[in-house]
Amino acid sequence: MSANLPAQEAAHIAPRPFFRTPVTEAPLIKFTLIAIGLAFIVAMIFLPLAAVFFEAFRRGAEPFFAALVEPDALSAIRLTLFVAAISVPANLAFGLVASWAIAKFEFKGKSFLITLIDLPFSVSPVISGLVYILLFGSYGFIGPWLIAHGYQIVFAVPGIVLATIFVTFPFVARQLIPLMEQQGKGDEEAALSLGATGLQTFFRVTLPNIKWALLYGVLLCNARAMGEFGAVSVVSGHIRGKTNTMPLHVEILYNEYNFVAAFAVASLLAFLALVTLVLKSVLEWRYSGELAASSRH
Amino acid sequence: MNSLATSLRPAPSVLPGWGITMGLTLTWLSLIILIPLAGVFIKSAGLGWDEFWRLALDPRTVAALKLSFGAALIAAGVNVVFGFLAAWVLVRYEFPGKRLFDAAIDLPFALPTAVAGLAFTALYAPNGWLGSWLVPLGIKVAYTPLGIVVALIFIGLPFVVRSVQPVLADFDRELEEASATLGATRLQTVVKVILPALLPSLLTGFALAFARGVGEYGSIIFIAGNIPYVSEIAPLLIVIRLEEFNYAGATSIAAIMLVISFALLLLINLLQAWNRRRTGIQA
Repeated sequence: MSANLPAQEAAHIAPRPFFRTPVTEAPLIKFTLIAIGLAFIVAMIFLPLAAVFFEAFRRGAEPFFAALVEPDALSAIRLTLFVAAISVPANLAFGLVASWAIAKFEFKGKSFLITLIDLPFSVSPVISGLVYILLFGSYGFIGPWLIAHGYQIVFAVPGIVLATIFVTFPFVARQLIPLMEQQGKGDEEAALSLGATGLQTFFRVTLPNIKWALLYGVLLCNARAMGEFGAVSVVSGHIRGKTNTMPLHVEILYNEYNFVAAFAVASLLAFLALVTLVLKSVLEWRYSGELAASSRH
Repeated sequence: MNSLATSLRPAPSVLPGWGITMGLTLTWLSLIILIPLAGVFIKSAGLGWDEFWRLALDPRTVAALKLSFGAALIAAGVNVVFGFLAAWVLVRYEFPGKRLFDAAIDLPFALPTAVAGLAFTALYAPNGWLGSWLVPLGIKVAYTPLGIVVALIFIGLPFVVRSVQPVLADFDRELEEASATLGATRLQTVVKVILPALLPSLLTGFALAFARGVGEYGSIIFIAGNIPYVSEIAPLLIVIRLEEFNYAGATSIAAIMLVISFALLLLINLLQAWNRRRTGIQA
């Protein structure tokens, strides 16, 4: 027993082969955690993404492209682009106006107003569609009057645009407000004191300061506008070739057991999501200082 | 609207445009969001108290609401565990492809929900990549409530990770060193020093994921199987009632969901304020 003691002491003094600082984990634990974490991300994120493209090309490239150039698919793509082309600029304009009023002035009830702007994030997409049916439907509050005068809002393109604006409402504003509050109003006050008009100040001072955050907000707004399903599904009426957006077209094809075509159109939307993610990551890496700290969506 | 804007009266400022920008903001907000949402409550009030509760307590409605809230609760719970783990791995460790994995976390924000629903159905169907392994083991995911939970884990994951990540990255390592020098084991340091500091951000992520999961529609309807009383979620029941032209039925479900969503939103705001006070970080 006693002969072992010096050897034990030596083992304590000699540097251990895998020395770790007390604020890290043992290598084995570390690798286990990385393995579990990455396996979870692979199973929940990468596998579904891969499955979309795999199913789309299951029968080769020909049926894939045939599904994309078929007239109903083309009209769905056109409608999706049309809806985004209206709803994204609408929310861009709203975002700029609202963030100027909210970030550049001090007033009571500011955080309550921001909460109201954030409301659509907490509302189920289906309810976002339902509210317009209750307003503009043929049994709605003002629907009968509008329909009698020849204006069809729901189960038509205007309803799809409205529902899309509803669900994407906060995207631009919530990117701009925290950033503009952080930047303060010193630059604008300097410009005004040097004789710039209000609009000159906005376009030459404020806009350059927020351009990357604005682009970031528009990017996320556009992705959601093109991909929205629940709200649009409720108000669209699903008229093929007329009121079908790309996500709705995917659903119809899938319910008709036309899986290759459904996944082909879905893969186009997935590709759009990937492009959005890449651009978003580039913006985050290059201009992180010029984006607001929070990005909830 | 403009008179309301001016009556809010901001602190004096030399910047122009208060009246017009605040007026436009309130007008647009009211027209697009507030008035349409108010319609749900006006319509519900028009039903009368008894009729509203008769519709709301319809067994099929109750089953759908229970499923939506229950599945969202389980999925948010799973996301707290794995989202924390993913955030920990992404913040604390270096490994090849880290940036790719970090960027991929946001996919659920960018991927249209219908596409996600299709993808999970393909994966977990009996002949899918994962289903062909799981079904022989007796684990059925597609066309069961378990499938709903899986889809909601996907939808909620980025909320938890993105809430926890900045707080963890900003965490003062000296506190961990102090804890270690005082004799705590690594596990004790993590559980008693780090986790309490992350608690507000974990709860925020949980609440955000839960709130989003309750209302989720697109990613679920493909994988759920949509059997009444078993795997029929509340948003789908709203759609079914609308297709039956049963507007009263649809509205009563919507009103209940809205009230609970607004309560959750209030809770989230309180949690975020708590988080800001503790860490100074907008999660």
